Amino acid sequence: MTLVIQFSYFAAALLFILGLKAMASPLTARKGIIWAGVGMVIATVATFFEPVIVGTTNYVLILLAIAIGGAFAYVTAKKVAMTDMPQMVAIYNGLGGGSAGLIAAVSLAKAQRELHTVAQDEAAAVAASHNLPMDAALRLVDAGSIGAWMGIDVAILALLGAVIGTVAFSGSVIAWAKLDGRMKRNKLVSGHQWVNIALAIATVLLGIWVFFAGTGWPIFLFFVAAFLVGIFVTTPIGGADMPVVISLLNALTGLAVGFKGYVLGNPALIIAGIVVGAAGMLLTHLMAKAMNRPITNVLFSGFGASPDAG
Amino acid sequence: MIEGMTGVIAIYVFMLSAVAGYEVISRVPVILHTPLMSGSNFVHGIVVVGAMAALGMAQTPLEQALGFLAVLLGAGNAVGGYVVTERMLEMFKTSDKDKKQGAK
Repeated sequence: MTLVIQFSYFAAALLFILGLKAMASPLTARKGIIWAGVGMVIATVATFFEPVIVGTTNYVLILLAIAIGGAFAYVTAKKVAMTDMPQMVAIYNGLGGGSAGLIAAVSLAKAQRELHTVAQDEAAAVAASHNLPMDAALRLVDAGSIGAWMGIDVAILALLGAVIGTVAFSGSVIAWAKLDGRMKRNKLVSGHQWVNIALAIATVLLGIWVFFAGTGWPIFLFFVAAFLVGIFVTTPIGGADMPVVISLLNALTGLAVGFKGYVLGNPALIIAGIVVGAAGMLLTHLMAKAMNRPITNVLFSGFGASPDAG
Repeated sequence: MIEGMTGVIAIYVFMLSAVAGYEVISRVPVILHTPLMSGSNFVHGIVVVGAMAALGMAQTPLEQALGFLAVLLGAGNAVGGYVVTERMLEMFKTSDKDKKQGAK
């Protein structure tokens, strides 16, 4: 059975690459999305038979989430006017980034819970052998860090994917709000570029803290900081530059998905994610070039320069 | 990490996937920029598969809540991405060159 699942992932990865290849040419573009769609269905159906999925509750939750999320996206995507497509791409991309961030949150919460259990067990043993009260024993034991527990490589990619996915999520929401005419501001605070730098540094430091910590609440702060980075970086960018930014956020989500593939040990996620990451980076470059603007100009020209436009 | 795929092999997969992604779209015409962006947006909807695995492994209510949201958003990415891309590429069927809304 596992072999069938692995082969399904292989077929899905192949169909994604061939589908993207076909989508790069006007004559075959429509076939391309259908191939990619078939790949997605194969991979999703195969995952239902994954041995890692345990418990009836979890199966019910999975079906329920797919039904609600899928139905909502289907209705909104069918209803939207042709001219409003770019912001819909932005919001669906944001959903993917958010999903990658949440997968990281689940992995980190799981590692933290397991560390807590280890600490409790060790403390109980110490308390019994030294005749100490439980809270004193808890202070004596050190169960180690999340980084050591998950494995250094897995922990680093989990944290990187968490940052990138969360930034793609909040950035995409801002991009959507701007294109949809719901947000006119180009500035949230004075000294925007300093706030951006401070938030970026805070996110990195919190990520390092999570890596070396065993407790839960740095994880929460870490996600909040990454979320704010996405908002603050995207806000100064004007509406005309948004398609380029959406393409960049799309590439970032791809990278985050690829990193999650490593954390979860799923090659289909790695291949699809990294292919989209690389293709998206190139596409971002091509789109910026078509507008005759370098990408750095698009991203940083708004920094601290423009007053409130609305 | 899954059995049979060590860290080194994963690095090869990363590298080859990046090359494939770059090569696959290196000669795309301007008119297809936006549909292709939308199409690649659909492809990373595969994140729903990872979210399903994460929710499947969840053991506490917190993990289940986070996992549930992950699957919800991932499914939205996949389904929304597909429908939007389909609708954009629909315009390439009836007439090729005179409808250029797909490029912007």
